[in-house]
Amino acid sequence: MSGSRWTWRLVALPGVAWLSVFFLVAFYTVLAVAFGNQDTLSQPVPHWNPLDWNVGYVSEMLDNFWHGGPFWTVSLRTIQFVALAVLLSLLIGYPVAYFTAMHAGRWKGAILLALILPLWINYLMRMLAWINLLAPDGVGSDVLHSVGIEDLFLSIGLLDEPGGWLNGQPVTVILALLYGYIPFFILPLFVAIDRIDRRQIDAARDLGASPASAFFRVTLPLSWAGILAGAVLIALPMFGDYYTADLVSASTQTNMIGNQIDEFMRQGSEKVTGAALTLLLSTFLLALMFYYLRTTRRAGTAAEV
Amino acid sequence: MSVLRNPWGKPRFLAVMTGGYIIWSVLPVLIAIGFAFNDGRSRTTWQGFSTRWFTGETGSVLHDPALRDALGHTLLLAVICVAVATPLGVALALGLQRWRGRGSGTVNGLMLLPLVTPEIVMGVALLLLFLQVFGGIGLGTDAQAIGQITFTLSYVVVIVRGRLVSIGPEFEEAAADLGAPRRDQFFRVLLPLLAPAIVASAAVAFATSIDDFVVTQYLSSDASTTTVSMLLYSSARGAPTPALNAIATVNLMITLLTLAFAYLVYRRFAGRDEATAVATLEV
Repeated sequence: MSGSRWTWRLVALPGVAWLSVFFLVAFYTVLAVAFGNQDTLSQPVPHWNPLDWNVGYVSEMLDNFWHGGPFWTVSLRTIQFVALAVLLSLLIGYPVAYFTAMHAGRWKGAILLALILPLWINYLMRMLAWINLLAPDGVGSDVLHSVGIEDLFLSIGLLDEPGGWLNGQPVTVILALLYGYIPFFILPLFVAIDRIDRRQIDAARDLGASPASAFFRVTLPLSWAGILAGAVLIALPMFGDYYTADLVSASTQTNMIGNQIDEFMRQGSEKVTGAALTLLLSTFLLALMFYYLRTTRRAGTAAEV
Repeated sequence: MSVLRNPWGKPRFLAVMTGGYIIWSVLPVLIAIGFAFNDGRSRTTWQGFSTRWFTGETGSVLHDPALRDALGHTLLLAVICVAVATPLGVALALGLQRWRGRGSGTVNGLMLLPLVTPEIVMGVALLLLFLQVFGGIGLGTDAQAIGQITFTLSYVVVIVRGRLVSIGPEFEEAAADLGAPRRDQFFRVLLPLLAPAIVASAAVAFATSIDDFVVTQYLSSDASTTTVSMLLYSSARGAPTPALNAIATVNLMITLLTLAFAYLVYRRFAGRDEATAVATLEV
């Protein structure tokens, strides 16, 4: 259907209008609140005109960061948790994605289905499952106790008390993040490895590369884009996660940035500070994404050359 | 050559690892489902099989008002979300696909943004929007529905555009060459070809709405706007009965049946590879 240029713009209009109001205006509201003021009841008084913006709250927050205040501690902890969860996702996820793409044979479809399944199980139900298991009298706690993992974790200080998995343990939060997000990491990685032209690996072997060097010099570099995509895909939501730490730790000792924002926005009444922190988090994540897009674009051009 | 290709020695180690991963990723949930059928009040000690937490006289999903209402509200939001996000998304996909030139790139970027925005950022933005700008709407069911529509919209657009690309313009051009008026080109040629993608995107929107947590929680007002996900969040650490596992199980079954239905419809009309792509949202 040819149609005039305007027909199709008109068809797109309702959707564009919807996104403009409920995404762009909504996000601008965060700016207006973060750069606004608050009244005597600490309710936000947004400043809609950028010329009236009050940078007080945002700069106070930045000050807190630079001088090692509580927000610095929480941010650092968040970065550590996310980095460890992403690293573990890579260590566990790569072999799984690699096997499924390269060696699964006639099982490929079934394995792929099993890899997709967790994506469609409610995240909170998956956390509930672990809360049941790791409760002091839970099946999981029993198993961890009887195979000696509990003693091991106690002796290296990763666990404070026997059976205390759900009492503010950073290790539990990191493992819960790993469990929650790893399926989203494996799938793009699987797609990337699956797309690799096997003849390139064969060529490397024919030219005398050992299996290990063929892997490290051909397969791994060719799956790099998938690793990066998967890492970004899970890191972004992890940086905004608050429910995982709330559910499996329930302690401020494991607070992440998400928990901090949640406390300001939903539980407490410091919405302006919450908006300022949301703004800083978004800026950080936007920078991360631009870096990712630039890297992949550069990698794309390199591959074409 | 396949022997030579493997750099890890025998892939047995990898097979074991993959099997272990799958067990690790699914078994805890299966155990949680198992305890939904526990005859006692414990969620950690097995006391015999029963369906009392699903349909029993007291404290079951069917008869406990809090649980029943949460399930009802979850489904209500999902129905609203599908009813609005599907037509809105299909139109946006068509418009974006056909509209070449100035502005389409920007709109495309705007459409993709909600997919990469962490939910808490969207939750905060929408919360402030409904408090500061649309005080008339306020928090509650309307706001929750609007919030869910805003990010499910992008899923619908992505799925429908994928199908539009694979259909190509040839069928409509053929219809035009044979003298079909523009209205018929759309309603008798393009729309039937798009139908599987529309069904699939509606199903994905439905499942996404049902499993949404952050935006729904941020835009909730009182107990009457509690969804199943919110209930799981607020009571998982308390001392609840297996009824919590039961409602999570019901929730899961609804999601999986919806998606299985969509997968079958899509595969029947559009082929297996495309259907897998939709299921993994790798379109």
